[in-house]
This record gives sequence, structure tokens and C-alpha cells, in this order.
Amino acid sequence: MKLKKNVATSEEGFIFNPSTGDSFSTNPIGKDILVLLKEDKSVKDIIEAICEKYDVEPAQFEKDLDDFKSQLSDYAILD
Amino acid sequence: MDMEKPTNQQRQLVIAVTALNAIDSPGPGVAVIRAIRECPDFDVRIIGLSYEALEPGIYMHDVVDKTYQIPYPSAGTDSLFGRLLHIHEIEKIDVLIPNFDAELFNFIKLRDKLKALGIHTFLPDLEQFEARDKMKLFEFGKKHGLHVPADRVIFSSRDLPSVASQMGYPMVVKGKFYDAIIANTLEQAEKAFYKIQAKWGLPIIVQEFINGTEINIAALGDGEGNAISVIPMRKLYITDKGKAWAGITLEEQSFIDLAKTFIKATKWKGGCELEVMQTSDGKSYIMEVNPRFPAWIYLTAAAGQNQPASLVKLALGEKLKPYTDYEVGKIFIRYAWDHITNIAEFQKISGTGEL
Repeated sequence: MKLKKNVATSEEGFIFNPSTGDSFSTNPIGKDILVLLKEDKSVKDIIEAICEKYDVEPAQFEKDLDDFKSQLSDYAILD
Repeated sequence: MDMEKPTNQQRQLVIAVTALNAIDSPGPGVAVIRAIRECPDFDVRIIGLSYEALEPGIYMHDVVDKTYQIPYPSAGTDSLFGRLLHIHEIEKIDVLIPNFDAELFNFIKLRDKLKALGIHTFLPDLEQFEARDKMKLFEFGKKHGLHVPADRVIFSSRDLPSVASQMGYPMVVKGKFYDAIIANTLEQAEKAFYKIQAKWGLPIIVQEFINGTEINIAALGDGEGNAISVIPMRKLYITDKGKAWAGITLEEQSFIDLAKTFIKATKWKGGCELEVMQTSDGKSYIMEVNPRFPAWIYLTAAAGQNQPASLVKLALGEKLKPYTDYEVGKIFIRYAWDHITNIAEFQKISGTGEL
């Protein structure tokens, strides 16, 4: 799971896809995931980091991360 | 390119510009002037050329220094040339930039005569102009390997059922210069046919409907096959007339390559706008090629590639290197503003044809 190189993200969780002009907002957890994706972290690393920061079970989060990934994929911002 | 660097000596130029109708479906003139005025290399006097007394640019005195009315395109080239000759005797025009589709044919015809007077233009020749014509675009696309939706040129509404049986619904009914209406039924297609015929005459073009994301590309060709500037833009807000009220510059090499292919194939000379539809499978269809700058052309200057100022330089014989960079994510948001003037000004332009 990798963000396209030219996709811009802000500290507020705003995502801009310069290829299409689309822009999106995410909640704070989404923003944290994007930061980790930008750092080329693996899915395992992301699950660890998020479960450490937020009160969520790894199994539950893995499912949510999968949904989030599908959304990012639908919006054509994943490589 | 050192376009944005101030020079020690600004070149003094008189530049004539048409399409001052900065209305809800705006002409590009005011945006072209704004971009030219921002170029630090020029000190310009802008001469507006208008058709109607209520074109807003006429009354914007910080934009246009002096306006002259010119005859409608239907009056022909002799009448236009006579008027331009008179204006040139007073103003000594260096560069003339026409911006309306409907007037371009006459200006292209007059290109050489204007040049003999010292009035520089930077326009495509008739062959280039006609290659991108709506009525020939499909053939053009086929010849150069570009995706263009299928179309049929018709002169009678009686042809609509047979066109519809080939294309299916929805289909797009278009005027030869402007307007496009999506029709989902024969009844809607007939209504669109007559509406557009009443406004723009015959023929009518019926085009295959392509579903996708609309992208517009402003480009400037040097007449030798090089694209001096290409800026792709996606409309963020569209009016009921289909015009962009807000838009954003994009970073997408395939759009830039598409415009470069078009310019190389046609050796396009001057500004143009490619209207492109990108389908969900990533194909880019050229829906239309407008043979002049679009109304949103100031965005090119704001993003770092001042196309109108570059056109002025090309018209004056300068060789320019193609731009390579621009700012992605630059947004324009158009707004409406009630400009106040007085009856004396309206009376002057209406009565004397000058303001």
C-alpha cells in the first residue's frame, strides 16, 4: 500500500491529487495513516503505530485499514 | 525562460484585444489583458475592440485604455479592414489579439494585410484553423491517432432519428461555434437542434456522448510544431452554461503530451484550448479544440506560464523556449462585480463607437 508520489497531504489531513484535481479530508486517524504511508511504512508498522496511539484492537483496526485502503484506491491516490 | 524577471527597459507596445464581454459566459479579452499587463517586459496601451455597447471591458478603464467598436464578423473582411485601418492611423497598433471563434476567420484572412501595416498577429493559417474545426475533428483525430468522439454533421432535424439509431442516447447536439446540449430522447434532440440553429445557424454537429471527467488544456504553439506552454486545468465549479467558475491546475503528463501531440501535428500557431474528457479507463478524448485562448487564460500567468504575454513576444518575432514548470494546485475562482458607470459613457460608445 503506497501513496502516489505526487499526492499532497497536509498536517490537517487534507489530501490533494494533482493528477485529477480531486481533494479530500480525513479524520485524525486517517491523517496519521497517511503520514505513515508517506514514510513508506508497511501495513504491519501502521497497525502497530495506530494501535499504540489509539484505543483499538489490532484485528478491528486491520479491518478498518482495509476499508480505508479501498477508499484511497477508489480515489486513485494509491500506486 | 526569464519571463518574470523585470527588464531595465520595458518595451512600449500598443496592443488591440477583442472579446471584452466579461459576462457569465465570458470572452477571454479581459483575462488576456490582465495577463499582458502583468508582464514586466512591457509597458502597454490596450485598445479594446468591441462589438456590443455593454461589453463590461469597455468601461473598465484600468484594464482597457480606449475602445473602438468594430463591425460584426458577418459584415466581412473589407468592412473590418477599413475600420482597423482607421483605428491604426490613430493608435499605431503593434499587436492585435482576436479572441472570438466567430471573428477568427476574418482576422486570419487579413493577417498579411495587417502585417503590411505593421500590425502583428499570431494566428493559425486557414488550413490549421479548419483542421480542428468541429466538423472535421473526428477525421483529424483518426489521422493523428488521437481519440475523438464520433460525430455527424447535419443540416436538417429530419436526420436526427438516423443519427440516434447509430449513436444511441445520450448524444450531444452542438452549434458550429458555441453551445452543446445533451439529449436523452429524440424530442430533446429536436428541441436542442432548433435552439442551437436559431442562435448559431447550420450545420449542427451531433457528437457521441463520452462519460468522464472534463479537463481543459490551455496551450500556445509557436507555429513550428513546438508547444511553448501547456497548462491543464480541471473545472471545480461549472455554471449552467457549462463554463468554469472555478478551476485548478493539474499535474498530469498525459494531458501535456496530448496537447504537445496536437500542436506538433498541426504546427499550431497561437493560443488554443483543448476540451478533453478522460474516461474511467484512462482514455483522453479530445471533445473540441477552441482556436483561441480560453476565458480562464489568466490562470496560466498565475501558475507561472504567462501565455498571452508569450504570444505577444512570438507575434513580435521573438523565439521562445518552451516553459517547463508551473504551479500545480493553483486555483481560480471567478466572481461577479457590479461595475458602475454613467450614461455619458454608454452614450459615447453607443453614439460614436469609441470610448
